[in-house]
Amino acid sequence: MLELLQRIFGRDSLKSSKNVAQERLRLVLMHDRLDLSPQVLEELRADLMNVIKDYMVIDEKMMEINLEQDKKCVALVANIPVVRMKRLPSH
Amino acid sequence: MGEVYVITSGKGGVGKTTTTANIGTSLAMQGYRVVLVDADIGLRNLDVVLGLENRIVYDLVDVAHGRCRLRQALIRDRRFENLYLLPAAQTKDKTAVNPEQMKELCAELKKESDYVIMDCPAGIEQGFRNATAGAEKAIVVTTPEVAAVRDADRIIGLLEASEIRDPVLVLNRIRTKMVKTGDMLDVEDVIEHLAIDLLGIVPDDESIIISTNRGEPAVLNSDSKAGQAYRNISRRIAGEEVPLMNLEDGGGFMNRVRRLLGLRTG
Ligand SMILES: Nc1ncnc2c1ncn2[C@@H]1O[C@H](COP(=O)(O)OP(=O)(O)O)[C@@H](O)[C@H]1O
Ligand SMILES: [Mg+2]
Repeated sequence: MLELLQRIFGRDSLKSSKNVAQERLRLVLMHDRLDLSPQVLEELRADLMNVIKDYMVIDEKMMEINLEQDKKCVALVANIPVVRMKRLPSH
Repeated sequence: MGEVYVITSGKGGVGKTTTTANIGTSLAMQGYRVVLVDADIGLRNLDVVLGLENRIVYDLVDVAHGRCRLRQALIRDRRFENLYLLPAAQTKDKTAVNPEQMKELCAELKKESDYVIMDCPAGIEQGFRNATAGAEKAIVVTTPEVAAVRDADRIIGLLEASEIRDPVLVLNRIRTKMVKTGDMLDVEDVIEHLAIDLLGIVPDDESIIISTNRGEPAVLNSDSKAGQAYRNISRRIAGEEVPLMNLEDGGGFMNRVRRLLGLRTG
């Protein structure tokens, strides 16, 4: 009964099941697709390193990258020790 | 020289066999030479949906192992002489054939047909590898539910890793009323999640159950909404541009009135 009333007055107070499905699908697909192969992760690492090298000298051996996830989101976490900054041409 | 399609989904029960039977029958109605292959070895189904279950002598495994010639195993449809079924074996399992044999089979079949359509089993194991081995194109079937869409995503990933490029999607069992009340994922929602081109949409429709009971694919019934949807889909496969059908005027009251008055819809 309450559900019926909520449906009639102000649908927003009750999240429609479609919106719930949308959100669950978004997360589950993200997590499924996260399953990167070591090879892909290695390529990503090499690409990242190449970009960063133009700006600073980094300790490649200590560099760590990981995908971290909790229930609500996924983060690409990189820990890259900087040895020295390069002198950037000022603009 | 024909093209080999695989109809696949990951999840079971979303409508692969229904889709294979209807697309195949509709392409045959349009005059194309069509061979439908039941690659669901051990769980033979397509013969029943097509109403050809009493005519089986040899099956796919017999052909693969050279126990009969391909021609002897092909069953010609009663309604269309250009429609054939190659049935699955019922007593063996999916390891009874391998992807290499399936490739050879497809190469043979497409020599004398316009469309070879494989009904893929559920899952991502050997049955899937067998059914996709000889295929050039893929149609992914899903329903607007979280689990089905998730499995479709997985399948799309696997197809991309294989030689099959740009699979297309059939979204099956849409209930317009539920979409309207916000209780079912919409076509756009699913497309956005899967990032794949849409081949067509099919309503959830009682006429599918009735036609399966009878062994007469819904495309043969001009009053069936799902049949109309599948006829549209097969025309798109054949290269025609057909707009997406409006599922709104489904089996509603006004539609029944219109039908009573003899006015066509869809
Ligand atoms: N559009 C539809 N409307 C109603 N029932 C459907 C529809 N599509 C499929 N079904 C039913 O769903 C069940 C599973 O379909 P099937 O084609 O056998 O799926 P799969 O081959 O993917 O396992 C069958 O009973 C079928 O009649
Ligand atoms: Mg099936």
